[in-house]
Amino acid sequence: MIGEVLIKNGLVTAFLCVGILMWLSYKLSDWFTRGRIHGSAIAIGLGLVLAYIGGRATGGEKGLADIPLFSGFLLMGGAMLRDLAIVSTAFGADVSALKRAGLVGTLSIFIGVLLSFTVGAVVAYVGGYHDAVSVATIGAGAATYIVGPVTGTALGASSEVIALSIAAGLVKSVIVMIGTPIVASRIGLNSPPAAMVYGGLMGTTSGVAAGLAATDEALVPYGAMTATFYTGVGCLFAPSILYYLTTLIIA
Amino acid sequence: MIYGVAVISGCMLAGTVFGKLIGQLLGIDANVGGVGFAMLLLLFITSRSSGKLSFNSAIKPGIGFWSAMYIPIVVAMASIQNVTAALQSGWIALLAGFLAVAASFALIPWLSRLVASGQTK
Repeated sequence: MIGEVLIKNGLVTAFLCVGILMWLSYKLSDWFTRGRIHGSAIAIGLGLVLAYIGGRATGGEKGLADIPLFSGFLLMGGAMLRDLAIVSTAFGADVSALKRAGLVGTLSIFIGVLLSFTVGAVVAYVGGYHDAVSVATIGAGAATYIVGPVTGTALGASSEVIALSIAAGLVKSVIVMIGTPIVASRIGLNSPPAAMVYGGLMGTTSGVAAGLAATDEALVPYGAMTATFYTGVGCLFAPSILYYLTTLIIA
Repeated sequence: MIYGVAVISGCMLAGTVFGKLIGQLLGIDANVGGVGFAMLLLLFITSRSSGKLSFNSAIKPGIGFWSAMYIPIVVAMASIQNVTAALQSGWIALLAGFLAVAASFALIPWLSRLVASGQTK
């Protein structure tokens, strides 16, 4: 009966579970790292571990949410509430910092798409894919896991290659989540302009959202602001100009 | 409480519609920058004039709640990612994802300095 109540009230169950997880994470942060590793970073890391466990246990694609008891996580962690919460972080953001970094922030989006695409395309080529469609699709996947399949579908790539491009994007977003707090101080990620550049370069909204949250909550709105345009720019350029350039270089 | 929630909801919906429209113009079925537009809209509404101070204090609690829920929501988001697929996808996906991140990280200090130098001019 308890299970039934928890499943029927899935979103509320998710609130309770995440609340417990956050509390535990902050305790772990105090006990084992004396607060050096931020509690939210530990919570996000534990979330990824739970996603892995859920995926292994059920063979599904939605991590922990494939277990019926935790299906409410889909609503709580889904795009709707995530976007609402991201928008709310803009309240009180420093407008002058946004203006100051606006141009470089915009520039960083284009550089970010081009850079990730190039790196992904080179890896694909080295990995034995020598046709422009596959190379461009995997390159697009290295931008984000939305740009990859959008590009692959537009170019008529095989489903194996599209799956690979989604995987590349997923790997990227997971590495950004885990890696950001670790390298933040070394790459100077400590100011609103740097966060805008970071959001533009990385692009993966989920990765940037989690990575900045684990580094410094105050930077979230700046990074999210630029990251949200990245997928659009990628979807626009990857199947068109970048694909065209790929065909030129390969031929 | 509800005023603030209503304001960010309105901003988000307006931004999403705008993002979809831009997507349509570009011929892609995606929300292009919707959240970004929503954030700019919220900033525009709340930062215009000092006469809006009472408006801002009326909407603050509702907005504060959702920005405090941001990290728990991100934790929930992390726990529904397809991590298994990311880890089992073979070396091409792993390497492409990893190197894309590494290369991007490497560029951040350079681009940040560009912001700083633009500021001193």
